[in-house]
Amino acid sequence: MEMKKEWESFKAGNWCENIDVRDFIQSNYTVYEGDGSFLAPATKKTLDLFEQVKKLQEAELKKGGMLDLDVKHPSSLTSHGAGYIDKTLEEIVGLQTDAPFKRAIMPKGGWRTVEKACEAYGYKMDETVRDFFANYRKTHNDGVFDVYDSEIKKARKSGVITGLPDGYGRGRIIGDYRRVALYGVDKLIEDKKFQKSSIETEEFSEENIRLQEEIAEQIRALEGLKAMANFYGFDIGRPAATAKEAIQWLYFGYLGATKDQDGAATSIGRTSTFLDVYIQRDLQNGLITEEIAQEYIDHFVMKLRMIRFLRTPDYNELFSGDPVWVTESIAGIGEDGRPLVSKTSFRILHTLYNLGPAPEPNLTVLWSTELPKAFKDFCSQVSIDTSSIQYENDDVMRPHWGDDYAIACCVSAMRVGKQMQFFGARCNLAKALLYAINGGRDEMSGEQVGPKMSPITSEYLDYDEVVAKFDTFIGWLAKTYVRALNKIHYMHDKYAYESLQMSLHDRDILRTMACGIAGLSIVADSLSAIKYAKVKVVRDETGLATDYIIEGDFPKFGNADERVDSIAHDTVIKFMNEIKTHKTYRDSMPTQSVLTITSNVVYGKKTGNTPDGRRKGEPFAPGANPMHGRDSHGAVNAAVSLSKVPYEHSLDGISWTFSIVPKALGKSEDERTTNLSGFIDGYFSMKGHHINVNVFNREMLLDAMDHPELYPQLTIRVSGYAVNFIKLTKAQQMDVVNRTFHERLGG
Amino acid sequence: MKTRIHSMESMGTVDGPGIRFIVFFQGCVMGCKFCHNRDTWDKHAGVETSIDDIMNQIQKGLPFFKGNHGGVTASGGEPLIHAAFIEELFKRCKALGITTALDTSGCVELTEEVKAALRQTDYVLLDIKHMVDEKHKILTGRHNDLVFKFADYIKTLTLDIWIRHVVVPTYTTDIEDVEKLSLYIASLGKNVKRIDILPYHTMGIYKWDELGFDYPLIELSPPSEAVLAEIKHILEKHNKNVYL
Repeated sequence: MEMKKEWESFKAGNWCENIDVRDFIQSNYTVYEGDGSFLAPATKKTLDLFEQVKKLQEAELKKGGMLDLDVKHPSSLTSHGAGYIDKTLEEIVGLQTDAPFKRAIMPKGGWRTVEKACEAYGYKMDETVRDFFANYRKTHNDGVFDVYDSEIKKARKSGVITGLPDGYGRGRIIGDYRRVALYGVDKLIEDKKFQKSSIETEEFSEENIRLQEEIAEQIRALEGLKAMANFYGFDIGRPAATAKEAIQWLYFGYLGATKDQDGAATSIGRTSTFLDVYIQRDLQNGLITEEIAQEYIDHFVMKLRMIRFLRTPDYNELFSGDPVWVTESIAGIGEDGRPLVSKTSFRILHTLYNLGPAPEPNLTVLWSTELPKAFKDFCSQVSIDTSSIQYENDDVMRPHWGDDYAIACCVSAMRVGKQMQFFGARCNLAKALLYAINGGRDEMSGEQVGPKMSPITSEYLDYDEVVAKFDTFIGWLAKTYVRALNKIHYMHDKYAYESLQMSLHDRDILRTMACGIAGLSIVADSLSAIKYAKVKVVRDETGLATDYIIEGDFPKFGNADERVDSIAHDTVIKFMNEIKTHKTYRDSMPTQSVLTITSNVVYGKKTGNTPDGRRKGEPFAPGANPMHGRDSHGAVNAAVSLSKVPYEHSLDGISWTFSIVPKALGKSEDERTTNLSGFIDGYFSMKGHHINVNVFNREMLLDAMDHPELYPQLTIRVSGYAVNFIKLTKAQQMDVVNRTFHERLGG
Repeated sequence: MKTRIHSMESMGTVDGPGIRFIVFFQGCVMGCKFCHNRDTWDKHAGVETSIDDIMNQIQKGLPFFKGNHGGVTASGGEPLIHAAFIEELFKRCKALGITTALDTSGCVELTEEVKAALRQTDYVLLDIKHMVDEKHKILTGRHNDLVFKFADYIKTLTLDIWIRHVVVPTYTTDIEDVEKLSLYIASLGKNVKRIDILPYHTMGIYKWDELGFDYPLIELSPPSEAVLAEIKHILEKHNKNVYL
């Protein structure tokens, strides 16, 4: 390929010949090792526009969380014409429908879900559309229920497996939206056509025909994307020529994805240092100033904060606060050792000051102990001021995923444009432990959910007996779980294929089957109690174990105590090994996460008394967290325990949500910043994978519960994402308030 | 070697630089009316703990303590009651490449053991309770002559001194007394690197209750912002790096 005129002054490389965004970045980006003093405040234009956005957000909140809904036109790339907030102020344009915060329906995942969601907000799904999807166009959800077996249905109902993407878009796919900017859509279509022709002559196989059909869908989607941009007066067939165009083109790619799909997590990738190349060029050519560069990024981020999907109330109960997980992965270290920190890494974090704290985009710093100190301290300062950043360990992920991966959703790393995952939600290991004790009967309903085995009948639980039975039950659980996921993803590919997002991928990609577990700390503490204290069983008249009386003390996860940390470690490996014994759809690579998002509250509701002393209905700890208040020896010891959960057996991520009061980080602002950087360095040098950092006092949260109107932008990090505190349910708010706040100050 | 420890905390950030592992030693030489660690006074309470036990704990979180001059802080109670133990503990910490800090009232005799412990100490956090002896006696139950001797000694050593001073309304807020303190700290010379003003707080009262003791300052409220600002101002007249 020749050097196109839009690429003038870029350093050529393999990226000119092949679709290779990483090579473009590596050949052209400028490392920035300084501090944040160059950053510019929001321009008047930004503030005026943001004022309008805030008003719309307030109106949305007042109307019960939904401003407007189009019940008539199922969303597609071209279903709605151009939409604006205020055309005279917007530097970056594009809305999901023809008006801001007006949501659209996406029935391909399941028309019943859409109907239910419409009704929950007082709307009625259009009759014709409903009739069409109910009778003429099968959906993903219908496909899945055609093949679910009774065992899966029972496990789903009891909550031992929860949140399965069988009625909504699976998400966790990141299109390489940068390709739209760098190459223009025409080149991408040409490349896809070549990919298709490259396999047309192969011998017949279902895989081959499926791939041909998928590429055909991808080409159609790219054409739709071009048409969508055309509504706004842009020809994105050619590459972007300026920084503003690069952001606009990239955003169009992302916007298209959110019109084509309502995937649970629709993350944007790793875009800031890519965009920096364009910004740097325009700055050098005197086309823009720092103020304008920041204005572009502020407007881009404002748009990302406005992405909305239509969700049902039970979805909200699991994942509160309307999350989209527009996760943007920032920084990290390149394979050549240069930090991937650019000025735009700072600019995007700076939006948290210019536009105030917010949960979206889900700003995720790929932290390495080797990052420049000035950048680390800048991040820590932003965390202390806004509690809006999460950190993930680039040093443990880079060896697996290279230096151009991004985080999808919360903690799932994937090579951008070269990898996707089959999102698997999670199963409830704590409940599985109770099933082991009760011979497969559910402790809440008494029903036989798991395989019928002999229950434990002794008065006191015996560690070896419980472990042997638990092993059997997690074997059963893994088998049922993977079977459910295979069915779901087979049908999702068939009926709700993400053609636009996949068009921004290579032809041959790595797929992972991303399983997940909840309740790790409960299992670890329960087994520890059984081993180191005495646990007496309380049974009802049917012999069902419904409660446990603990006699004596026992080591608890979160205190750097090997005796229990090793149980957590072994449990993770054991379950991963069980998952690995099963065949997966499209030969995807099995992985797992230890992550709950906010579903830890719902898991708690659905789980009876556990042998660690947790009461029936009480929330689980989020992600891999120690149970609330049990990590009582300080934050370092909690971190040491967390770092024992092995990433190589949990490649889809291990989430730790950490809360600390400002004073416990040090006396002065400088000390607090340095100590937070030091803390993250410490945790990550011990191979901890992820940390959500919250810095605030519990009293503020209690006040926000009483006076939500005073805290419109209060953002807190929950397991793997951030959320507007006031948008959480009461139960979730209480859960956050009751978590361990590290607050001891020492002497 | 073993001694009695009240508790350990894996993340301290206000008792010396960086992130620190704090060991609270059992037993105290003073009886401060405002004490927030009343449960550390009794030298027979606590748990018999060996140096290996403590080192095991520190080792687990070592990467946290290595950066930003972090390390271990011996607090209490009065750690220097356990001087020989601390000497050995600090030696082993220094061998790991982390710094050592001693959070003390200074109200101890300068025995050979104490001097040996100080030789292994990078930071002394010296808590000066009061400049005026009779007021010191009322507030802490002890005279302050040993504190001054201790300060005179450590100003000659190769270590950093962080002065700390608890502001207890009516007891330590006499302007003249604060002025004296300010001048005295300045006279200690270049070893003094910073001064931490610690506002009296009531968060330790529950410990007195739990132990069945009456809390002597039950009527007293924490100092106002204005009082603290004034004291900070006076201390800054003669000294640098005053933190509130």
